[in-house]
Amino acid sequence: MVETSGARRKGRVFRVAGPFIIAKDMPGARMYELVKVGDAGILGEVIRLEGETAAIQAHEETTGIRTGEKVVGTGKPLSVELGPGLMGQIYDGIQRPLPRIQEQFGAFLQRGVVPPALDRKRRWSFHPSIEKGAKVSGGDVIGTVQETPLIEHRILASPLLGGIIEDVAAEGEYTVADTIAEVRTPQGRDKLRLMHTWPIRQPRPFSAILPPEVPLLTGQRIIDAFFPLSKGGTAAISGGFGTGKTVMLQSLARCADADILILVGCGERGNEMADVVESFPKLEDFRSGQPLMNRTIIIANTSDMPIAGREASIYMALTLAEYYRDMGYDVALMADSTSRWAEALREVSGRLEEMPGEEGYPAYLASRLAEFYARAGRVSTLGREERTGSVTLAGAISPPGGDFSEPVTGNTIRLTRVFWALDFSLAHRRHFPAINWFMSYSEYIPALANWYEKVGPDWRRLREEAMAVLKEEEELREVVSLVGAEILGDRQRCVFEAVKMLKEYFLLQSAFHPVDMQCPINKTYHMLRLILKFYDKARQAVNEGTSLGQVLALSVKEDLTRMKIVKPERFDEVSKEISQKMDTQFDQLTADTAEGVSA
Amino acid sequence: MSSATQASRTYSTVREVLGPLLFVEAVRGVGYGELVEVTTPQGEERTGQVIDVSEGITIVQVFEGTSGLDTTKTTVRFTGDTVKLPVSVDILGRVFTGAGKPADGGPNIIPEDYWDIHGLPMNPYSRAHPTDFIQTGISVIDGMNPLVRGQKLPLFSGSGLPHKLLASQIVRQARVRGEEEAFTIVFAAMGITTEEARFFRDDFTSMGVLGRVAMFINLAEHPVIERILTPRIALTAAEFLAFEQGMHVLAILIDMTNYCEALREISAARMEIPGRRGYPGYMYTDLASIYERAGRIQGKKGSITLMPILTMPDDDLTHPIPDLTGYITEGQMILDRKMHKTGLYPPIDPLPSLSRLMDKGIGSGKTREDHKQLSDQLYYAYAEGKVIRETALVSGEAALTSNDRLYLKFADRFEKEFISQGANENRDIEGTLDLGWELLSALPESEFSRIDPDIIRKYHPRYRGGNEGDRIVG
Repeated sequence: MVETSGARRKGRVFRVAGPFIIAKDMPGARMYELVKVGDAGILGEVIRLEGETAAIQAHEETTGIRTGEKVVGTGKPLSVELGPGLMGQIYDGIQRPLPRIQEQFGAFLQRGVVPPALDRKRRWSFHPSIEKGAKVSGGDVIGTVQETPLIEHRILASPLLGGIIEDVAAEGEYTVADTIAEVRTPQGRDKLRLMHTWPIRQPRPFSAILPPEVPLLTGQRIIDAFFPLSKGGTAAISGGFGTGKTVMLQSLARCADADILILVGCGERGNEMADVVESFPKLEDFRSGQPLMNRTIIIANTSDMPIAGREASIYMALTLAEYYRDMGYDVALMADSTSRWAEALREVSGRLEEMPGEEGYPAYLASRLAEFYARAGRVSTLGREERTGSVTLAGAISPPGGDFSEPVTGNTIRLTRVFWALDFSLAHRRHFPAINWFMSYSEYIPALANWYEKVGPDWRRLREEAMAVLKEEEELREVVSLVGAEILGDRQRCVFEAVKMLKEYFLLQSAFHPVDMQCPINKTYHMLRLILKFYDKARQAVNEGTSLGQVLALSVKEDLTRMKIVKPERFDEVSKEISQKMDTQFDQLTADTAEGVSA
Repeated sequence: MSSATQASRTYSTVREVLGPLLFVEAVRGVGYGELVEVTTPQGEERTGQVIDVSEGITIVQVFEGTSGLDTTKTTVRFTGDTVKLPVSVDILGRVFTGAGKPADGGPNIIPEDYWDIHGLPMNPYSRAHPTDFIQTGISVIDGMNPLVRGQKLPLFSGSGLPHKLLASQIVRQARVRGEEEAFTIVFAAMGITTEEARFFRDDFTSMGVLGRVAMFINLAEHPVIERILTPRIALTAAEFLAFEQGMHVLAILIDMTNYCEALREISAARMEIPGRRGYPGYMYTDLASIYERAGRIQGKKGSITLMPILTMPDDDLTHPIPDLTGYITEGQMILDRKMHKTGLYPPIDPLPSLSRLMDKGIGSGKTREDHKQLSDQLYYAYAEGKVIRETALVSGEAALTSNDRLYLKFADRFEKEFISQGANENRDIEGTLDLGWELLSALPESEFSRIDPDIIRKYHPRYRGGNEGDRIVG
């Protein structure tokens, strides 16, 4: 985080209890002001004021802090540094670069002075795109920097700025701190640099919000086909431990068609974060073949790191996402997990001795969650040129005991418009992604209808048909669990077989198989169409007197089994073949049956 | 405040004694987390730690308990230091109290260094992801939920279930394949009975591994608040052995339920607002500060593999202790009472059990290329078999289809042959996987939707049968 000069006031430590400090003699302190506590200068934020007494949450370990030590206000809120150099970085919850901390301090996180978020020495090649004398207002592009091979970083005038360009730097190499333009404003002269700062708790402004009519394709069949997410949308993934939340978020991160990914590990496991940190730089981007890290920012706040950083990490990630949105990019932000974040709120609230709400969570839990999800959206940005960008939020929830009625899940699903419910019983039989198709939903389907119709005109019918057969099987299964499967006739067994095919050949998707892990929307469409076509024909054949056994013995069923591992570039061809083969084999079967009957 | 003299840091201003806590008045210049020496009116020395400082009241938790303390004669000395453990390789082969003092009649440790028992959070960027498969020789673990070095994998047990026997079998058999070096064991006991402590000690002795074990024992009759220290002390020792001495440490913490009870007791004494079932709202963070000390560090040889054992109150998986533990650890092994009652050992139910790090530790070059897909298929088949078993219970086996009957038979054999094994039986991973194939081969091949056709052709007994026949002839 950036240290900014401001009115410096000194108070003193009155009390320390865990990550929570009370300071006295703090006149003029403001809510969410950044303060430095003690001789060690640990960072904290003011979270409550009473007269001249301030309650502070510390972003670092407080062991050893004594009463009477000084507390210095910086006069500024907790802010992020925005500029080239963010991409590919790994930060902690308050934007400290973890790789550089390792260089300086080794493998354990120690208290003390930390390197700035953006490297002050690195030079970037800047191409100005504005001229002297031009009028400039918030969000205008001053110039560009190629941040990574995948991301052109547009240097934006800070949203609050307005004036006339007096001077602009020539094309050349600059550090983030160098002045690249000077602006005459009504208040005087302002210097523009490659970087600027923005308070993390304040949403960045935009010009207008756009309807959610473009899907954020995820490459996951069950999501793209049944519970789609839109660009700028919000989704909650909920499931007890072991239901595959983390793997699913990682699959989404790898396969979603967003320009930029921001992953927040909020109170998560160190070893899993290590896996992300180790594997992401090796992963290839599906579209460009470049390392995925060239368009990814990781925020790692593991469960053993200070709790206040966990609370801040979510806001920091949002601000970074909004910054890239303002450049005109589609950003996907995945937070794992928002329950850990809510628990951080609860812990801080408990220390403040606030009146607890449901299950000890503070009464403002719902409004904080609402503030978080309200920062998603597809927008047209500030600035003179037309740009649209989006921030899509997917938050994982870890309900205690897998109980969906608990406050964090309850409040979240009121706010998000897509709900992916992960299910223990699916996970136990290693059916992944373990998204329960009865409990999950997407409210974006109507808004996305036009888009889907372009992929296949019968999308809606397929979706409804698939859901109907899944439902029918569920009901039959209840009957069977009472009386056994033996009483079923071929017609009902046909339903069972269709659902088995849907589950095994379509819904089941491996996150590790090189081909299966990413399923393009066209392939998803045709796979679903073929399976339902088989069901349709099977039902018809059975109605006409063919035995189900004969239908299931058709060799085309084998082809359906293997569809998921057919490479997408070959799939169009393969799907045509399967479709024809299906027609031929069923025709043959019906002919044989007719013959048998007439004979 | 370093200029403060010894005398000025000694106070006899105890205002209140409440549960395990002392409330001391008018204390100046004391740091949060500081180590405290408490002298009872009888002259007995105890230790404590500052858990809240303010200009008004400073709160000290006393590890040995507060019985006998008063508000007039008790004195409190603030040491200006945090709680530290003397570390040395000499701790191996020794037994300590839950507070880290020698308990075997042996001499004090001559320390190489003093380490803060709270440790520091590991930089997630510096961690190395665990990838070395540990062969425990137990099929249901190795085949279905393999453990890797640097993982934290708890045993969720219940009272009366054989978690001790299982833990001891794991200690005895666990090896990283291709490496001779056995694990160094750090054993921390919190609130277990003398009987249980003796079981482990005798067991380590009979295995001949006592020289590689450091034991930290807080028994049921020992001070409750000491349990707050025990896992931290043990893990500090583990960190020293792993990251300073390059050893591979297997740390066993038993029983975390007792630890959490102690945490709740302190929280209640502080009159904090309770979270679920009276446990403090910060229990997740507190448990994380213990469990997250497992792992590997890039560029360092050693590792800490952590196996906390906890007894679920009332076998309830959603109780806050197993629940929060499960959200921090990388999976869990669940001991099932029903399986135990039918005489199965080890009674690990593979369905709700999970090892989150298995994918990186298995496969070709680690175990065998078919491992992942085979285990997925076994999972599916066993889950299916169990559902069918329920149906058969209600409507009788006659109501099952022929395919259903195959699954039912599979589930029975899977339990009797794959899960079940002797407490001294050590199966290698190839044996475990081949056994899995053998059981699966009773099902029609068209059911194997989780296995690639190439893998089926390579490992399915039907295709390998020819080779075996050759061998018999040859």
